[in-house]
Amino acid sequence: MDVINGLMQGFAVAMTPTALAMCFIGVLLGTVVGVLPGLGPPATIAMLLPLTFKMEPTGAMIMLAGIYYGAKYGGSTTSILLNVPGESASVVTCLDGYQMARNGRAGPALGISAIASFIAGTFGVVALMLVAPPLAKLSLAFSSPEYFALMVLGLAMVVLLAGESLTKAILAMLVGLWIASMGTDLFSATSRFTFGMTNLLGGIDFVVVAIGIFAVGEVMANMESSEPAEMLPLPKGLRNLMPTWQDMKDCRFAFVNGSVLGFLIGVLPGAGSTIASFLSYGVEKAVSKHPEKFGTGVIEGVAAPEGANNAETGGALVPLLTLGIPGSGTTAILLAALVLWGFKPGPLFIEESPAMFWGLVASMYIGNVMLLILNLPLVSVFAQLLKLPGYAMYPLILGVSMIGVYTASSSLFDLGLLTLFGLMGYAMRKLHFPTGPLVLGLVLGDGMEKALRQSLMMSQGDIAILWQRPIPAVLLAIAVLLLVVPLFKKFNAMRVQVIDQEA
Amino acid sequence: MIDAFRKGDFWAGLALAALGAYIVKESLGWVYLGEDGPGAGFFPRWYGITMVFFSLLMVAGAVLKRDPASARSTLNWSELRRALGCWLALVICVALLKVLGFFIAFSLLGWFMIAIMFRQPQRIALSVSIGGALGFYLLFSWGLDLSLPSGMLF
Repeated sequence: MDVINGLMQGFAVAMTPTALAMCFIGVLLGTVVGVLPGLGPPATIAMLLPLTFKMEPTGAMIMLAGIYYGAKYGGSTTSILLNVPGESASVVTCLDGYQMARNGRAGPALGISAIASFIAGTFGVVALMLVAPPLAKLSLAFSSPEYFALMVLGLAMVVLLAGESLTKAILAMLVGLWIASMGTDLFSATSRFTFGMTNLLGGIDFVVVAIGIFAVGEVMANMESSEPAEMLPLPKGLRNLMPTWQDMKDCRFAFVNGSVLGFLIGVLPGAGSTIASFLSYGVEKAVSKHPEKFGTGVIEGVAAPEGANNAETGGALVPLLTLGIPGSGTTAILLAALVLWGFKPGPLFIEESPAMFWGLVASMYIGNVMLLILNLPLVSVFAQLLKLPGYAMYPLILGVSMIGVYTASSSLFDLGLLTLFGLMGYAMRKLHFPTGPLVLGLVLGDGMEKALRQSLMMSQGDIAILWQRPIPAVLLAIAVLLLVVPLFKKFNAMRVQVIDQEA
Repeated sequence: MIDAFRKGDFWAGLALAALGAYIVKESLGWVYLGEDGPGAGFFPRWYGITMVFFSLLMVAGAVLKRDPASARSTLNWSELRRALGCWLALVICVALLKVLGFFIAFSLLGWFMIAIMFRQPQRIALSVSIGGALGFYLLFSWGLDLSLPSGMLF
């Protein structure tokens, strides 16, 4: 009953003309950035975040969330037509989507992608609505040690799943923690890592780091080459975009698989939509009657991953809104946005800010309908964006980045920092350091230190408080296992490799 | 060993080990455990030590791992030059903001990227860069009432 009342309240918020307009702008921008390779949702949300400071927070959050899930819809267009994923979650869609396009079935591939995204995206929102309130009530019993352990587990999972090198992911996360501790320590008023600069006494603004690492770093990486990819022809007319009845029948299981798996993976911190889409593709192939055809252009190979990466959005919002723990770079930016607007994502968030929570949930139902309409008949319009030359796009991204940072603080010093973090983002890409753990370390660093210090104050300095209470003990044990087992496996693999080479 | 010098991981590991050592050194100057519990040096000391450990592990991995393909692979200097050229242009643009203001500094950045780096005709370079700067002013300064960096000239 609470859920229905909450949802009614949410629709009252989300159906206002301003909220509808913000939702439309969000999903439209999301589709655009999803279509454009080289401009991802974290960069876009980070760039636009400072511009929302003067806006009404619920409308602004509806817009930023719209960019987040809208990009998942748009990402498939580039995968199918160019064989270049518009964003990381659409990598798997390239496998069968591009092959379908080469076989002259670009229309049904784009159509099934939009339909699967809609079904799974809506499933994700329903599940979010049903799972978040009870989880928030459960986490009311959490105190500082539980929060510390939860953040450690979140970081451990992000680190574990961030990239091919666990060491690099851990190091990126530690650099994030270091940046987070710059400035004045609020417990003791000690200045830390300020290099004698008064500008650093207040710490480094999250927005500067996020825009630098994601937007400037991405532009620099894209500037390396100026060769455009070749686009396959797009069918004209809505009828040519619609999958046949047989296609829909073939995708029945893919819709369910993508929806359920996508949501469950989304709830786990760190797993993210790329893993969700890979897993659902794997499951789809495993249960298929013709697994050998996967990779040659089967429609289920498009429906399952596209569904999974959209259902993941609903899942990812569960820990973000009920525990205040983001699971990816993009949700970390959304968390920062909520905190900057004065909200406290966590167990009391739904109770204290019902208009924000339920308004967001309701807007996601509306947003998914908007996206279906935008991505079916208008997909050819969005595909034209792929003709936008890099020479016009990259200076504009740098311009928006500069404006975003300057608007947040009116400080030229921060613009100087932006260039430094841009260089750092580029170096991380070149050296294959994952950026997600750094951003998560930065966002969680402050809260993690606070939770640890409060825990130790509670126990008068006895660190055993972290494993004497059952919840933190279990969470920390899982975190340690997650990090230690792969290290041993890797060490063993290296040892075996060395022995083989010696032999 | 000489192969390791060619690996980015080797140098990145050394740089991060130095950063970790610096963090530990700084944290030694702050209170570790006080009467009220952990001090300002508690948390940084632990993540600093962890950073030194893992970065040295990465250095060791770069030295010990026999990876001929990685050792043979060289940097693509042309790609690197383009990316760093773009970054340098951004740095100069930011440095000039105080004097030239956003409109002129951004127009120059846009012109450099389009005309010099992408070798597009002057007509396109000038129209996109000046048009972009004008568009930003109209949208953000005039439309959204946000302040853009202003300089001595503009």
